[in-house]
Amino acid sequence: MATIAESVAGSGGELNSTSLLSIRSVAKHFGKNVVLRDISLEITEGEFLTILGESGSGKTTLLRILAGFEQSTSGEVWMQGERLDTQPPYRRRVNTVFQHYALFPHMTVEQNVGYGLAIAKRPAAEVESRVAEALAKVKMSAYAKSKPSKISGGQQQRIALARALVNRPRLLLLDEPLSALDANLRRQMQVELKALQREVGITFIFVTHDQEEAMVMSDRIALLRSGELEQVATPREIYNRPATSYTAQFIGHTNLLKADVRHGTAYCPPLQWLTSVPDGVALFSLRPECIRPASASPAATGSPALPTTVRFRAHLRDQAFHGATDLLRVESDGGLILTIRTASRDLPNSEAPLEFEFSAADAVPVRATSLGSNSESILGSNEEDRA
Amino acid sequence: MFSRAYRTAITVPPLVWVAVFLLVPYLLMFCYSFWSVSDSGTIVHSWNLDNYHELLNKPVYWQTLLRSMWIAARVMFFSMLLGYPLAYLLSFHAGGRKDLYYQLVIIPLWVSYLVRAYAWKTILGTDGVLNTLLQYAHLTSHPLDFLLYSPFAVVLTLTHIYTPFTFLPIYASLEHIPRNLVEASHDLGATPAQTFWRVIFPLSIPGVLAGATFAFVLSLGDFLAPLLLGGPSGIMISNIVVSLFGAAYNWPLGAAISLCMLTLVLGLIFLSERLEKKWSFS
Repeated sequence: MATIAESVAGSGGELNSTSLLSIRSVAKHFGKNVVLRDISLEITEGEFLTILGESGSGKTTLLRILAGFEQSTSGEVWMQGERLDTQPPYRRRVNTVFQHYALFPHMTVEQNVGYGLAIAKRPAAEVESRVAEALAKVKMSAYAKSKPSKISGGQQQRIALARALVNRPRLLLLDEPLSALDANLRRQMQVELKALQREVGITFIFVTHDQEEAMVMSDRIALLRSGELEQVATPREIYNRPATSYTAQFIGHTNLLKADVRHGTAYCPPLQWLTSVPDGVALFSLRPECIRPASASPAATGSPALPTTVRFRAHLRDQAFHGATDLLRVESDGGLILTIRTASRDLPNSEAPLEFEFSAADAVPVRATSLGSNSESILGSNEEDRA
Repeated sequence: MFSRAYRTAITVPPLVWVAVFLLVPYLLMFCYSFWSVSDSGTIVHSWNLDNYHELLNKPVYWQTLLRSMWIAARVMFFSMLLGYPLAYLLSFHAGGRKDLYYQLVIIPLWVSYLVRAYAWKTILGTDGVLNTLLQYAHLTSHPLDFLLYSPFAVVLTLTHIYTPFTFLPIYASLEHIPRNLVEASHDLGATPAQTFWRVIFPLSIPGVLAGATFAFVLSLGDFLAPLLLGGPSGIMISNIVVSLFGAAYNWPLGAAISLCMLTLVLGLIFLSERLEKKWSFS
C-alpha cells in the first residue's frame, strides 16, 4: 500500500497541475470475488491517463465505476469538489467511448452524434452546428446521413468518439476503443486520438491491455494487477524504473536477475555489479537493450576490480530477427540465460563465446511481485526492508 | 456437398405434404366459393359470384366480420398492454430469476386451450367464482350477467390465452438489444424514461409488430371462445363459417367467407412483415 501512495504522490507532484478526478480507496466485490481493492488515484486536468492491465485485472470495472454503470463496494470518487460515485450515469459530466462503439442502430450518424445534445434540450441550430463540427473533427462529415450498419468499424469508432466529444465532457472514458481494429488502422488511430486529445484538451482515461499502446499514447500509465495498482508513472519512468518485477515483465521485455547483495555489490554468478541496495537477496531488472556487444578492449576483460561496466562471456543460443533489432538468447559461462536486443546484424555462426557488457546502473532493483497472483514475496523479508 | 438423390429425398416429402394438405384444400375452397347449393342440397358446379354478392348484401356477414375485428383489436390492445411490460420487466429487471419467470409465462401454453376457456366459464358464470365473491363481499346484490356470454367474456378469455403469444416476440426483441446501447444512452445524459422511449422501444418495434399480428390474427379466426363464452352477442365470423359448413350445409358460402378472411389475414401478415423489416437493424 505504501508504494501506491508513494507513486501517486510522486507523479502528481511532477505534473504539477490541478486535480480533476480523485479516486479514493475504491474497492469492488462481486460476491466473494474481489475485483478491485483500495484503488487511490489523482487524475489531473487535461491528462491522458491509461489504465493498463491484463484481462481480469479489473481495469474495465474501474472505468465502469467512473462512468456510473457499476457501484463501488467502498471508497469514493470526486470530481472537482463534487461527489461523483453517488450520482447516476446520466448526471455525470463524463462520457464514454465503448469497446464495441454502442452506436444506436436505428439512428443516422448525425442523430447518434446529436443524441446527447438533443437530450440536453439544446436549440436545434446549436445541435446542428456542433454535430457538424464534431463530425468534421473526426473526418466523417460525408457520412452524416448514413446508418451505423453501413459504415466500417474504424468509421464507427470515429462516430463513437464524436458522439462523446460533442458534449464537451470534463472527462472522457475510453474502454479499449481500438481493440476491434486491425493493426495498421489501430496505429493510425492511436496517433489521431492522441492528437485529438491535445487539441480538445479534455482529460482522457484510456483502458487497454496493450502495453505498447499505453506507452505511445499516455501521459501517465496506471498499471493494474489483480485489482490493485502496481505502479502509476509516466511511460518512460515505468519502463526505465519499474517498481516491481511484474511491471518490468509486463511492460516490455526484461531479464529478471535474482542477486545476493553483500556490502554494496550484487552477486548473480557469473555477474556482479555495484548497487546501493541493502544486503540480502534482491531482484533486478535488466532490459535486453541495455546489454550490448563488448567494445574490443581485452585489457578490461580480466580486470579484477568492480567496474561500473559489467562484462561477461556467453554463447549464442538463439537469434530472432525483429526488423531493426535482433533478439538474442545467450547462455553465460555460469549457465545464466539472458535476452539481449542488438542492432540487426549477422553474428558469426560459431561456437566461440561472445563478449557482452552492460552498465551497472541499468540493473534496476525491483520489488518482487509474481505474475497474476496477489500474494507478493518471492523474497519475503527483503520487501519490508525497503518499504 | 449433398448428392442429388439425398437432396431429392429430403425435399420431396415436405413439398408433397404441403401440396396435399395445404394447397389442394385451398384450391378446393377457392373453387367452392364460386359454386352454389341447389334446393335439394347438392353442390351445383356452375361458376358465379352469387356467394360474394350475398356477403356484400346481407349485413349479418360483414357486421359479424367487423365485430370480430373489433374483438380482435381489443384482444391485441390488451395483450400488448400486459405482454409488453411483462417482457420488459423480465428482460431488463428480472436479474438472475429471468429463466424461472420466463418458464412461468410459458407454462400456460402447455395447458389445453379448451381447459383455459372453460376455466373462465366457471369464473364468470352467474354462480361462478367472481359473482359469488362479489355478492359475498356485498359489492353486488345479484349476479352480474354481462360477465359471461358477452363480447367482454370473449375479449377477456382471448387476451388471457394470447398474451403469451405477444409476450414471446416482444421478449425476444428486447433480449436482442445490446445492453451497451442502454448504457450509452445513460452515459449521454438520458434518464431511464428517455432511454426507454428513444432507444429501447424503437428497437423492440419488430417484436411489437410480430406480437400484435399474432394476437390479432389468432383472435380474428377464433371460434371456441365465442362458442363457449360469447353468447348471441359475442358471435364471431368463424362461428358463422362453422355453421355454414355444418348445420346450414352451405359450403360455397362458407368457402367464400373463408377466402375473404384468408385474404385479409395474408394482407395483414404481409404488411406486418414489411414494417418489421423497416424497423429491424443489424
